[in-house]
Amino acid sequence: MPNSWIFRMAWRDSRGSRRQLALFLSSMIVGVAALVAISSFGSNLRKVVDDESKTLLGADLVFESGRPFGDAVEAAVDSIGGTQSRLISFPSMAWFPAGEQSRLMTVRAVEGNFPFYGEIETTPAGAADNWLVDGDALVDAAVMRLFDVQPGDSVRIGRYFYPVAGGIDKMPSENQMMSFFSPRVYIPAVRLDSTLLSRGSQADYELAFRFDDGRDVEALVENIGTFLREEEVRYDTVEEVRESWDEGLTNLYRFLNVIAFVAVLLGGIGVAGAIHVYVRRRLATIAVLRCLGAGTRQTFSVYAVQTITMGLASSVTGAVLGIGVQMLVPAALSDFLPVEVPFMVSWGSLGAGMTLGVGVTAAFALFPLVSIRRISPLLTLRSTVETAQTGLKDPLWWIVFGVVATGITVFSISNAPSPGIGLGYAAGLAAVFGALLVTAKGIIWATRRFFPSRWSYIWRQGLANLFRPNNQTNTLILSLGLGAFIIGTLFGIQRTLLAQLELSEARQLPNIVLFDIQPDEIDPVTRIVQGRELPVLDSVPIVSMRLASVNGRTVNAMRADSTATWAHRREYRVTYRDYLTESEKVVEGAFIGSADPNDPVAPISLDQDIARDLDVGLGDSLTFNVQGQLIPTRVSSLREVEWRRMGTNFFVVFPAGVLEEAPRFYVVLSRSETGEQAAGLQRAVLGDYPSVSVIDLSLVLSTFDTIFSRISFVVRFMAAFSILTAVIVLIGAVVVSRVQRRRESVLLKTLGASQSEVLRIMTVEYLFLGFFAALTGLALSFASVWAFSVFVFDTSFRPDVVATLVLLVAVPFLTVAIGLVNSRGIYRRSPLEVLRTDM
Amino acid sequence: MDSILSVRNLTKTYQSGNRLLTVLHDVSFDLHRGETCAVVGPSGSGKTTLLGLCAGLDRATSGNVDLSGSRLDTMSEDALAKLRNREVGFIFQTFQLIPTLTALENVMVPAELRGHKGAYERASELLDQVGLGERMSHYPAQLSGGEQQRVSIARAFVNRPAMLFADEPTGNLDTDTGATIEELVFEINETAGTALLLVTHNHELAQRTGRIIRLRGGNIASDTLTRA
Repeated sequence: MPNSWIFRMAWRDSRGSRRQLALFLSSMIVGVAALVAISSFGSNLRKVVDDESKTLLGADLVFESGRPFGDAVEAAVDSIGGTQSRLISFPSMAWFPAGEQSRLMTVRAVEGNFPFYGEIETTPAGAADNWLVDGDALVDAAVMRLFDVQPGDSVRIGRYFYPVAGGIDKMPSENQMMSFFSPRVYIPAVRLDSTLLSRGSQADYELAFRFDDGRDVEALVENIGTFLREEEVRYDTVEEVRESWDEGLTNLYRFLNVIAFVAVLLGGIGVAGAIHVYVRRRLATIAVLRCLGAGTRQTFSVYAVQTITMGLASSVTGAVLGIGVQMLVPAALSDFLPVEVPFMVSWGSLGAGMTLGVGVTAAFALFPLVSIRRISPLLTLRSTVETAQTGLKDPLWWIVFGVVATGITVFSISNAPSPGIGLGYAAGLAAVFGALLVTAKGIIWATRRFFPSRWSYIWRQGLANLFRPNNQTNTLILSLGLGAFIIGTLFGIQRTLLAQLELSEARQLPNIVLFDIQPDEIDPVTRIVQGRELPVLDSVPIVSMRLASVNGRTVNAMRADSTATWAHRREYRVTYRDYLTESEKVVEGAFIGSADPNDPVAPISLDQDIARDLDVGLGDSLTFNVQGQLIPTRVSSLREVEWRRMGTNFFVVFPAGVLEEAPRFYVVLSRSETGEQAAGLQRAVLGDYPSVSVIDLSLVLSTFDTIFSRISFVVRFMAAFSILTAVIVLIGAVVVSRVQRRRESVLLKTLGASQSEVLRIMTVEYLFLGFFAALTGLALSFASVWAFSVFVFDTSFRPDVVATLVLLVAVPFLTVAIGLVNSRGIYRRSPLEVLRTDM
Repeated sequence: MDSILSVRNLTKTYQSGNRLLTVLHDVSFDLHRGETCAVVGPSGSGKTTLLGLCAGLDRATSGNVDLSGSRLDTMSEDALAKLRNREVGFIFQTFQLIPTLTALENVMVPAELRGHKGAYERASELLDQVGLGERMSHYPAQLSGGEQQRVSIARAFVNRPAMLFADEPTGNLDTDTGATIEELVFEINETAGTALLLVTHNHELAQRTGRIIRLRGGNIASDTLTRA
């Protein structure tokens, strides 16, 4: 069997169709570009993280504790030696007198030369050169821009003012996302207002080491690990931080890879649809070849060679394009990255992307190509012969289906943090694709079954094109529907999450929180709030404590045998009161509001989730340590707490009459109707009580919005590849059907149809396709957003009606526009020319 | 004389809606090497079905066909394709040229499929013979109907087949062109000594063959020798 003939015939047969074939298969370009871009970027990122891992920590070793290091730890620190630097981090209000503005920030008081590795990037450059010596502050650059703070202006933290040396653009060991959650202000520890640390807020104490003696840090921490754990000191080494970043970034880039893969799959569907029509248009040629003696393998190979060659060409184009797109990825992800990723070409990613592109092209093209085996040579004698037995009846079709399904599942699993998630992703993908396909089949069936025969000719023709031979209904519903689904889901999730926060605004719930109020400050602060005609919605005492034992077993013993969980080790902020709030309800036991003065064991109420984490129930005994004093308690009730609700919610609630004398601070909740009222209250409170923190919820809302916008930008950046692919598939599908439409249009023209009528028929067809695709995709996106709302965010479903309506109009409009642009000139062709060429 | 085509008790039944439609019923005949035969009959009498079965393009419901010593009903699709390539030439009413191939490439296809080293020379020679030496690089759309059929004739003979099947070879052509094509088919056929089974409505064309089989309702109504 001469193989060279297959290649010659493939080349000859593609004459006149190469541009079309290239367009059909170009739907792979965008997907491959996305894959190569992400994969190459991920490969570079890992390399950079490996190379600059010391910058990620800023030191060789860091100790960290929620309380000042004890004597034993200090003794160990002395013996470890090296160059040391200390940091104390805690939340506090920062007041900028120039604009009379304030904001809750994370204060980081530094002693020593942290960071030891990497440079602090500032605006103006060099602001970090002498800030420690000069006693200056370095402020998050975004906050400086927001409040228009200039170098030389001052910032007040607690009772002290600091000249602002400059804005921090990049700090080793931190990334931009951290500053969205809680922007940083760095001050010298020697000028720290130490009264800030004596308050209730949590402070973190860090000790950073730099070793210039080539010490084996891993061996060191292995030796003292047990000691540090006993002292409740956490530690980070360069290797641990590198592994942690590596794992986190790998998960991020795998997630993006999976999104890019959707674009590849969508491209695959475009390929399958286009090749299906291409093969149908080659039926006569295939029958002639079979008649003249070409075997099934040969005829199949002729078209497989064409497909794979074009698939290779589009994959190479996509891969090259991907290298270009790679340059955009760092800009999209910069907020999430700890290091700058230089542009480098990853040849491995390039090769893998091309291989995947060709593989997916070949796999999806096989669906229509296997039907070539069934094309009978008898077609040369009779054009009505039933030829291609495809789909469910053909065992080979199922084998191809199995290969594709396995390939998708393997890719999903290899790009997921766990096989379960990978399987879940593959199943979700199958569900979406399946639902779209079933809808497409349903539309074809329904339009045929319930055809509106009384509609006008134009509408009937347009609608009938949805089920006529060579229709593109399946391909377009799948590709456009998937695009609409992705966008609809993104908007829906954003809307649902924002609606949750806006709800508290609408329901007259608290939107100002004042905390870190000492017992002697609570009355005057309350008076300030009321003096500004703002309500005091709640005034809650908070006591910090730790668990000492559970049912007689000490937490230290649990730590020793590793049975202690996060719930055992954490610090608890508890309150005491004799009532339940609106955001909680008792689900087990009875809430006891006041303690019996004769009973040494206090009856407490636990949140049901923390009770589960602690593995305790009603009647179990817990002993808490409040600054050295042990307080025995008994679980008297379990509560279900609505944590999302704006207010003060607690894992543990004590009855009145137990903690009144314990060291405590207060939180006051209020509500302002305007931003000016909130700012006025902030100014008034901070003027007299600089240590009290005032949070404006509207600021939290806008912070959340900013964070979500950044995250959704990344997802949209990736989703854009799928949407672009959907548009290319749409163009391809329109061009594929162009010949078919051209013949029909010319026949209609010959029979007397005007240009306007021909165009209107096509408009109706594309309008229906676009509308049904958008409707299906958006309906699926509602289901997806509902699932996210209920199962992931535990909130009520809030569809984004505006975005839905916009998409419902935009997708059909785009479909019609692309359809008509690609169909231009059809009417102008002479009937004879068309009929001679296309017969 | 050797038999090139032997048809025995050939029956072909189709499912038409809920009922079975027998298009050919128990047809038997032999065709010898070099013999020419026309199959005639009214529309729907089973002519084209018989041609398709004899050429191995379709499978019989019962009975069998022996073509050039090979029993078709036991052969796979690929074996049938090889047999057609080696032993059979086709001329169709609608020419059935591949639109993306030039005239020369169309003629070369069977020879190339066979792995014939001199495919180009042989195809050129045949195109010269049918009078298209100057139009070898033209695509079918650039040729008239008569020219396309001449390309088809050249293609049919490129592998020097022992058996030629022709389905209404002049059916799509005007009278003059049809007459030219008719001449050409018989001339080349005679020179090559190929057996010919010709399906036609054209009584005059049928008369040029040595034998006429008349079909009616799927049965052989008559099988007569002509004066040709």
